[in-house]
Amino acid sequence: MEGWDPNTKSTLTQIPLLTTKAGPRDGAAWTTRLKEEYKALIAYTQMNKSNDNDWFRISAANSEGTRWTGKCWYVHNLLKYEFDLQFDIPVTYPSTAPELELPQLDGKTQKMYRGGKICLTVHFKPLWAKNSPRFGIAHALCLGLAPWLAAEVPILVDSGMIKHKDDATSTSES
Amino acid sequence: MEAELKEMLNDLDSLKQSLPDPSNHASIHKLQSRVEHLTKLAKSAPVRRTKVQDMSAEVVDSNPYSRLMALQRMGIVENYERIRDFSVAIVGIGGVGSVAAEMLTRCGIGRLLLYDYDKVELANMNRLFFRPEQVGMTKTDAASQTLSDINPDVVLESFTLNITTVQGFETFMSSLRNKSFCPNKEGSGVDLVLSCVDNYEARMAVNQACNELNQTWMESGVSEDAVSGHIQLLIPGETACFACAPPLVVASGVDERTLKREGVCAASLPTTMGVVAGLLVQNTLKFLLQFGHVSPYLGYNSLKDFFPTMEMRPNPQCSNAACLERQKECLLAKPAKDAAIRAKMEAEALLVPEGPLHDDNEWNISVVDDEELERTDATSSDALPEGLTRELPPADEFQKFSAAEPTTTTFDDIEELRKQLDALNA
Ligand SMILES: [Zn+2]
Repeated sequence: MEGWDPNTKSTLTQIPLLTTKAGPRDGAAWTTRLKEEYKALIAYTQMNKSNDNDWFRISAANSEGTRWTGKCWYVHNLLKYEFDLQFDIPVTYPSTAPELELPQLDGKTQKMYRGGKICLTVHFKPLWAKNSPRFGIAHALCLGLAPWLAAEVPILVDSGMIKHKDDATSTSES
Repeated sequence: MEAELKEMLNDLDSLKQSLPDPSNHASIHKLQSRVEHLTKLAKSAPVRRTKVQDMSAEVVDSNPYSRLMALQRMGIVENYERIRDFSVAIVGIGGVGSVAAEMLTRCGIGRLLLYDYDKVELANMNRLFFRPEQVGMTKTDAASQTLSDINPDVVLESFTLNITTVQGFETFMSSLRNKSFCPNKEGSGVDLVLSCVDNYEARMAVNQACNELNQTWMESGVSEDAVSGHIQLLIPGETACFACAPPLVVASGVDERTLKREGVCAASLPTTMGVVAGLLVQNTLKFLLQFGHVSPYLGYNSLKDFFPTMEMRPNPQCSNAACLERQKECLLAKPAKDAAIRAKMEAEALLVPEGPLHDDNEWNISVVDDEELERTDATSSDALPEGLTRELPPADEFQKFSAAEPTTTTFDDIEELRKQLDALNA
């Protein structure tokens, strides 16, 4: 786990690992996998809450569990910045990770592909590939989204690209 | 407009005649030539060429295919006109895919299927093909517009979708299966799939579809630092699939640690993308029209102008189930295929009476042996030729780790689990 901060590392090791290698086209095996995803997400959310580090909400947006929507937030200079979060489970999951999207930040940072997909560090994909299929949605959030928010939100705020929602009303920022 | 310009010329002429002072003639003459220039511009307004029934080899200015049919006259290609029977699917209409589509369109390919979910942006203008006035259009619409203008003979089908999503993938699969263009064709409805996408997820989705459909495809890619690229031929069961081993990348020679990634996702150059598109379509033409050597893998390192090549056998432990099925079928079909190749080689040897290259009988056999030796197993990464590396590590043996799961399996109903997460989210 070279290139990761100790905090991310210790959190990651506490998220339950998954065992079923199944994607959304795999029928009953996908349901089994989905159960494991829920268990890992529940454990991760509980852990965040008990560590006073609650930072996202995510739930399946369809009954197949192939699309997920929710929110994530980051506190910078004592102000909370909240963003919509969404992603699809790719057909080749879990060989490939879900591509996490923050649509409200599309076009506001270089660290993003078009459509609001966050640009992950060079360390993410190798670690995911090495641990497939044991990593799930919870791991993707912990390893992908959390470090991205920590790195990019301060830059976005300091450069004026995003404003806190309390300031936003006066400047009519969407 | 032409009539009005003509009248204006006449008026100017009568004005010139009526003026007694010849000192004004020069400026009137200047005006006349400007109007003449405008007339020429008006005449050259865009004209759409009509469809062509047959590809003619006749060398006249008005024949769009004369220089291509010359390939046949020169003996490079046996039957160029066959190109009109072929269907090629291009996934990803970006810097490589759009240029590949234009090349195939100009070559007179029968049918092109185009897949992309993106829109044209000003940020794409450092690459070829798309024009500033197309900003905001979907890439598939903009491409269809330009390509049908260039060559109306090509049948274009475009799909604005993301192939990695469940729904997009199903549409992608069924569009490849559709045989309405050439009902008698064996296998799927397309002859070749070209992957011109810019990410691992989409490549894996193309790989999945092609393994399931037993569809031959070619992979292409340009590195995120824009200075290297590659093309790869993938025949399910016969060559390594994209999941057989972690993807190969051409080492640029630049130290990863010195590469400054702060504040940027990816760079791109029209040159590297144009070169890769050219290599990809060249390999496509050779594959479809059966001439020359079809490269199994060709890398391009632009910093050193180095082109590594290699061949990869499938991995018998591949994580992709469809790949394993294709491998099994391939093994069963191998004896018959080998016999056919041998028969073909013998027949070819008989056709060449006593050429100096073919006077040695052992020649054919030794070539086969060399090829066998040069082929690398997809699993043995240490056997990679110079200049190539793996982009990702292989997956660990995951059975060892199953103990980490907590055994609180009281909640095993999916609805219960969903409710439990919702309760936490509340
Ligand atoms: Zn494979």
